[in-house]
Amino acid sequence: MGRRRQSYDGVVLACPVSIPYQRYSVDTAHWWIATALRETLKAAKLTPKELDGFSVSSFTLFPDTPVGLTQHLGLSPRWLDMIPMGGASGVVALRRAARAVQAGDSDIVACVAGDTNHIDSFRRMLSSFSRFAMDASYPYGYGGPNANFALLTDRYMTEFNATREDFGRICVAQRANALNYPGAIMKKPLTLEDYMNARPIADPIALFDCVMPVAGSEAFLVMTEDEAVRRDLPFARIGSAIERHNAHAEDPIQLRGGWTVDLDELYGMAQAAPTDMDLVQTYDDYPVISMMQIEDLGFCGKGEGPDFLRDKDMTITGDFPHNTNGGQLSAGQAGAAGGFIGLVEAIRQVTGQAGPTQVKDAKKALVSGFGMINYDRGLCTSAAILEAA
Amino acid sequence: MTTPLQPPPKKNPQKRTVSPTRPPEMRSRASLGLQAAAAEGRFALQVCAECQTVQYPPRDACQNCLSTDMPWTDVSPDGELLAETTIRTSTNLYFRERSPWRTGSVKLDAGPVIICHVHGDCAPRSRVTLWNLLDRAGQATLLAVPQERTPLMEDDPQLRQMTADPKHRRVLITDARHPGTPALVKALKDAGAAMIFVGEAETWRPYPGRAALEEMGVDLQPLDLTDTASVQKLAGEYGGKTDILINNARFMRPGGVLERGDTAFAKEEIEVNYLGLMRLAQAFGPGMCARASDGVNSAAAWVNVLSVEALSNAPAYGCFNASNAAAFALSQSLRAEFRGAGLRVMNVFTGPTEDAWYQPLPPPKVTHGALAKSIVDGLQRGLEDVYCGDVAKDLHERFRRDPKVLERERTMAGDMA
Repeated sequence: MGRRRQSYDGVVLACPVSIPYQRYSVDTAHWWIATALRETLKAAKLTPKELDGFSVSSFTLFPDTPVGLTQHLGLSPRWLDMIPMGGASGVVALRRAARAVQAGDSDIVACVAGDTNHIDSFRRMLSSFSRFAMDASYPYGYGGPNANFALLTDRYMTEFNATREDFGRICVAQRANALNYPGAIMKKPLTLEDYMNARPIADPIALFDCVMPVAGSEAFLVMTEDEAVRRDLPFARIGSAIERHNAHAEDPIQLRGGWTVDLDELYGMAQAAPTDMDLVQTYDDYPVISMMQIEDLGFCGKGEGPDFLRDKDMTITGDFPHNTNGGQLSAGQAGAAGGFIGLVEAIRQVTGQAGPTQVKDAKKALVSGFGMINYDRGLCTSAAILEAA
Repeated sequence: MTTPLQPPPKKNPQKRTVSPTRPPEMRSRASLGLQAAAAEGRFALQVCAECQTVQYPPRDACQNCLSTDMPWTDVSPDGELLAETTIRTSTNLYFRERSPWRTGSVKLDAGPVIICHVHGDCAPRSRVTLWNLLDRAGQATLLAVPQERTPLMEDDPQLRQMTADPKHRRVLITDARHPGTPALVKALKDAGAAMIFVGEAETWRPYPGRAALEEMGVDLQPLDLTDTASVQKLAGEYGGKTDILINNARFMRPGGVLERGDTAFAKEEIEVNYLGLMRLAQAFGPGMCARASDGVNSAAAWVNVLSVEALSNAPAYGCFNASNAAAFALSQSLRAEFRGAGLRVMNVFTGPTEDAWYQPLPPPKVTHGALAKSIVDGLQRGLEDVYCGDVAKDLHERFRRDPKVLERERTMAGDMA
């Protein structure tokens, strides 16, 4: 406590991979993880046998854990990790893997997130999500976090005079971005009118405030800069990274997240300011939480998100590129891969590999994560600043 | 304002009866303390014995000091409605069929934030009181209600899901000869019961309450709980329209084992008080279970009237109490068997009642009116366990503290009946 964090100098991120999502899949989480792992290793010209670090995030591996996956996939890592943090898992995986590489516990860590979505598997997962959810939210009709975010949105709207249009603009811009992203599930343009007239789900939340559960996987590699140069791989540097759990427990309702606790270190370590960011990838299972991240990550003050975004263009060619591949709201929520989608896209962006969603001259990207509605709020928050080499 | 509940239309036999669906039932062991309090209509939460922090959701260690000693304690159910939503669709069938469903979060004065059901009469951001109620899965859930009672608040569709309110429901009382039956019929009528059927054993034999029952227009039907054919016959005719069954039948004689000298009365007690319940359950139970989600007049509750001495026996009525203990044990099995359908079993434990068989006992005794009121009140609040009268409440409290101490203190020399 109180000690300065050490920098992530010398460790880089490479080989971002997104396996195109599917609404329903007959395949398993193992299949999705294996597929993403294979692609990311292929990009680095690595064989599975050569990989010595492996980090996995998944909700649907049961009864397996990453331990079982090593045998299943023929890996023999000397460093193995599992990140059960849902929407915060990408940045947390990055943080841990980077330290392992820095310390020499592993040369190359593959960070993979993947989940399948069978018909009815989402419903069955909800009932056993957490003990507090089982005891104290699921019996009240909270099939998934819709109603939790409805409460949050309801309170946010009254507290800060926000309107549904304020949230709608986030969704509409992301859909515009998604139309450029081949992997997105939602391919139809979305207007603000479509958003406002959508079927109500849990007031004030309607259909386009919610993500669609899908199957999919995401992956990237963490290695030393020397290794990346030797292999001739485009790479991104880690300016800084934070995580925090169960912050502000005394707040009766979650109108701010744990990012606020560690914000100064996030920008201090990266020697950057919010205005330096060329793009922002927030965790977006509902637009209200993206709004809160934009506030809590210092782009504007608490409650000023609606005003701040009102005259911003959040598309890839705009002045505030946000969730450049459409985020989960348009690309779909592939379980724990939802905690990776923004990070993997950000690696593509700052390494110039984003193709049709590329933001011009993207040098610095802010990625943040939010996860695990254990009862009445999300417990995990994380954020990282990535820099072009 | 709650929209008044309308009497249901006549059932259309060509339409499919709605299959009972239930809200989620899985709970942690720690949370069952809330269930135990809800069974009696109390609002209790875990309170740390060391630092007094009030906890929710239920847990295994104090969120403030990590103590593991957190007894369930009655705390103030008052708080403020922080936020709310109306759920319009759900992955859970029970809620999907009953949407829109109003829920919210309440900041309790005692500390915790509680996600709860929200009664339709609660104003946004208002002060509310939480009721700890059993839902259709027989599990405790919390409902925010306005701090002041509102007209017809019991008609709120979400609240009615939690209760077994007699309003617009049809009730079968199994024993016309019980001296408390006229008072019970009156209380049920006052509570809005749509129809009341009363079983009558040995119809040729006169009894004092009959005139009163006839005057109140009840439907008297032959029913002999010691005769399987008689029970089945009535179930065949009335089983499909019995929404609440109140089994108040009893055969009782005083005396313990040695005072009686033979087993003749004990056989009768078992035939009526224990096997009678079983015959009724086998004949009426399946039909009631099938109709547990059948609209406004769905089958809702099964009520057993038991002597509180079923919990802890003493010689004065030792053999009768033993048959009640058997019935109580059976009711626990029955409760679990009905739970899958969402049909509630409510046991009303009464102290000595004001009638001939308890004549030698000193007061306080339970009047027929008080027993009737307890039954109706328990149905309206959706309880599982009701203790009627001071003797029953006192015995239950002692039972809760230490059943062995209670046994000994009830059976020491003296008048410990």
